[in-house]
This record gives sequence, C-alpha cells and structure tokens, in this order.
Amino acid sequence: MTTILNVEQIETYIGQYHILQGVSFEVPKGEVTVLLGRNGAGKTTTLRSIMGLNPPSKGKIVFQNKEIQGMPTYKIAGLGIGYVPEDQGIFGELTVEENIRVAMKDNSDATMERITKVLELFPDLKKFWKKEGGHLSGGQKQMLSIARAYINENDLLLIDEPSKGLAPIVVERVMESLQDLKKSTTIVLVEQNFHMASSIGDRFYIIDDGKTVYSGEMHELNENQDLKKKYLGIA
Amino acid sequence: MKTGRITNLAMIVMGIILLILPFVYESRSLIILLTQIFIFAIFAMSYDILLGYTGIVSFGHAMFFGFGAYATGIFLQRAEPTMGVLLLALLVGVLISLVVSIIIGFLTLRLKSHFYAMLTLGLASLFLVLAEKWRTLTFGNDGFTFKIPELLRDRVHFYLLCLILMLGTFFLLKRFTNSPMGRVLQAIRENEQRVASLGFNPLYYKVIATVVAGVTATIAGSLYVMSLRFVNTSVFAIDVTLDALLMTIIGGVGTLVGPIIGAGIIEFAHEWLTSLASSYPIFERWIIFFGILYILVVIFFPKGIVGTLQSRFTKVKKVEVHRDEKDENIAG
Repeated sequence: MTTILNVEQIETYIGQYHILQGVSFEVPKGEVTVLLGRNGAGKTTTLRSIMGLNPPSKGKIVFQNKEIQGMPTYKIAGLGIGYVPEDQGIFGELTVEENIRVAMKDNSDATMERITKVLELFPDLKKFWKKEGGHLSGGQKQMLSIARAYINENDLLLIDEPSKGLAPIVVERVMESLQDLKKSTTIVLVEQNFHMASSIGDRFYIIDDGKTVYSGEMHELNENQDLKKKYLGIA
Repeated sequence: MKTGRITNLAMIVMGIILLILPFVYESRSLIILLTQIFIFAIFAMSYDILLGYTGIVSFGHAMFFGFGAYATGIFLQRAEPTMGVLLLALLVGVLISLVVSIIIGFLTLRLKSHFYAMLTLGLASLFLVLAEKWRTLTFGNDGFTFKIPELLRDRVHFYLLCLILMLGTFFLLKRFTNSPMGRVLQAIRENEQRVASLGFNPLYYKVIATVVAGVTATIAGSLYVMSLRFVNTSVFAIDVTLDALLMTIIGGVGTLVGPIIGAGIIEFAHEWLTSLASSYPIFERWIIFFGILYILVVIFFPKGIVGTLQSRFTKVKKVEVHRDEKDENIAG
C-alpha cells in the first residue's frame, strides 16, 4: 500500500484560536479516506491546512514524498491536489462554461474527454452551460464544484461536505459521481452524512477537539455502535 | 455571449456614426467635447480592468496617466514635433509605466485591498511632488506648452485618432477580458483563495492586470495633453483618478462599455453645468451638482447604468428559466 499523503501532528491557529491541536492521518493511494467528527471538530480546517489556506504552525504534511506545509496554495494545487470546498467555491458571476474553463490546466485531449465525461455525469451542467454560477441551485453548484475538480488529472482530491444542504435525491447523484471519481483518483472526504461516508469510504479517521482520536477500516465503524454514538452522535 | 455580441454591434454602429459626424455636422465645441470623452473613456476603461475585472481598488492610477502626459510633453517640447518623436515619446511613457507597474505590483499587490489603495495614493503623490520639484524638466506646477505634429493639429484629425484609439482599446480589452487570462482575473475579483486553490498564482495575474491598465492609462495621458498642448502637475492629481473611478462606477464596473458611457455622462454634465454658470451663478459651484449626481446614481443604479440594465435583463431571463424548470418538473 503506497501512502500518497501523510499528515503528521499538525497544529493550526485561526487568529488566536488553536483549532488543530495534533491531527495525524495517512491517505493510501487509490482509496477514499473519510474524516469524521462533530461540527467544529476541525475537519474543514484540516483540509484548509493541507491546501495552505490556513497553514499549520507545527507538524508535517507530506504529499508524494514532498513536504508541502508552508508552501503557497497555488503551488500545492499545482502538485496535483484538487480541492472542493464546503461552500462549493464556484465563481458566481462566471457562467458554468467559464467556471469549467477557468479550472482547465490545459486543452489536451485527456482534459476534453474528462469534460465530456463530466457533462454526461451531470447533464444539468450541459443544460445550464451559459448560465451564471450564482444562479444555479445548491445541487447544481455542488455538481459544478465536483466537475471542476474532476476535469484536471489530480492525484488527490480533498472534498469537503459535498452533501451539505442538498435534497436527498441530489445527494444520491453526488454519491454516484463520487463513486465514479473513486475509480480514478484518491480522495479525502469530509462528510457529516454517515450513509454517504460509509458507502464511499474505505477507511476513516475521527477528529475531535482538533485531534485525531480514532481510526480504522470503514466496516469496523459500521459495526461499532459505541464509537458512532460517542464521537458522531449517531445512535 | 448574446449580450456581448449586441454590445459589439452597438459599438460598431456608434463608431461609424461618430466617424461620419465631423463631416456632416461642423461644430468645433462638439468635436472638442467628444475628443475629451474618447480620451477619458480610454482612461476609464483602463481603470475598469483594475476595479471591474480584477477587484483592485487603486487611488494612484493617475500616475500612469501622468507618465504618458509628461513623456509626450517633454519629448514634443524638446525635440521636433513629428509623428516619429510622438511615437518615441509614447514608447518611453509606456516603458516607464510597464516598469513602474511591475515593480509596484510585485511589491504591493500582496497587501489587502485597502492597504494597496492607500499605498498607490502615496506613490501617485510621490510622483506629483517629484514633478513639482524637478522644475528643470517639468517647469513644476506652472507647466509648459508644446507643439504637436502637424497632422494632428487639425481638430478633426485628432478627433478621428482618439475615436479610433478608443474603439481599438475597447475591442482589445474586450478580447483580453474574454481570454483565459481574463477569466482568471474575474475569478480573482470574486475570490482570490479559490483561484489559488485551482493552481493559479493570483499575484502574477494581478500584476498583469496592473500592467495592462497602466499602459492603457499612459496612452490616455498622452492624448490628453496633446488635446491641450499643455502639461502641468495636475495630471498626477488624485482628481484624475477619482474621475476615472466615478466614470467607471456610474457607467458600470466590469462592463468596459460602462466606463465609455460614464465618461460621456460626466464630460457632458461638466460642459453643461459650466455653460449654465454664465446665466445662473449657482452653477459656478458645479462640483456640488456632480456630488448630487453621484449620490443619485449610487442609490438608483448601484451597479452603474450598464450593470443595472444587464441585471434586469438577466433577472427576466432567470424568471423564464425557472418557469421552464417548473414546467419540466410538472411534466416529469
């Protein structure tokens, strides 16, 4: 098993608040690693720290044998890490087409094929190709956000709460797309929806109060009711 | 896209009408006024690249205007006023703007927007002081007059040159903003962090926007002093930047055509209010009426004239799309 990302005891402050106080986890290549935890546990900050948006003050982040903590965000992204933020991160005043095009790193045949594939996966995006991103529904925005991360051949995708605020039927479609993405790339997924997390994830880490407190294979968590109740509030 | 085509078509039609105008309607004062509008439209469009397309607020944009103005004035005064010298002057002005914008960009664009705005204000003031103190070259605030090339002494020729340059600037900047680089700039305006997350270095793109805006403003500065055949330190004053800012805001930021309309409104209003002053002394304080105009525009057209019209057009389309979606859902 090759590890693509190794996060070692990172500590991150946002202003005066000590948000991450020792988060560690490993991401095996080709798998989906899920970060779980209650609201405010530090899951989003962990992804933002990896991307350099909230750089850690301590600890190490190693991506494909290269230390990336302290590097500027654009360089981290340039190494092949795609990021789908919690707020979807689309550009509201640009059209769907422009949102896709702005993310394209090249015009290669491979990229064009990926665009075709992504439009098959999310036909709504094709339908609203010339519509401004800000005028899309929540589900369509999420699809656009995932599509944008998918069109470049990233080695690792960080996806933050893709099901947040979406109707159940849309969540199903997002899940299908993530299942499809899983075949071609490694994913770190932050997700509150346990059904989605457990059906996509291969392994999990629980973050509580800014620290990783538990980890294991996803099926172990499915069977451990006490753990789910203690850290995730699921009976 | 459709709106873009309509805008382009409107610009071409307007261009043709304005091109024919001096040959069918002889009015020296109108030609002079329209020439001023074309020049300030170029300047305001350059500011739109910063404010409207990249979200950069600069209070020192006049310095690039000033570089063009002084380069043209100094060269044409000290050498023979030929087209060759004018082109050389323009080239020098553009080179100075290029170098200064790159240096300023890399040193200051990392700052948060309000700090950047204040810093550019400081730098423009620095060049204003430099122009005032370097009297051997600039003659300080008194300024100096100069001759322009023979070909451009004819008001109609100069009018046509300014019109062609304004239309050229519009179509070139339009192409620039519709290019992949332009899209990144617009994305930076919306959210710089998101752009960085996609692998783009926002600083690099912001510096390019500053360079494009700076060089365009230099051309406007050069044309401005050629229209007056005089240059003094007022070209570096904050008023010049504020004029561009207001023309852009009134017309509509991030539209390119908005600043042209803004320049037209402000220059016409200025001319009209000044002419009223001879009959009604209250209009001698025309700046007060300008203030009222700005307040009214901000209240009733918060996105500027073009921006507000575009929003209304989009709203109508949005309602239609939602109606279609609803019908589809009912049918499905």
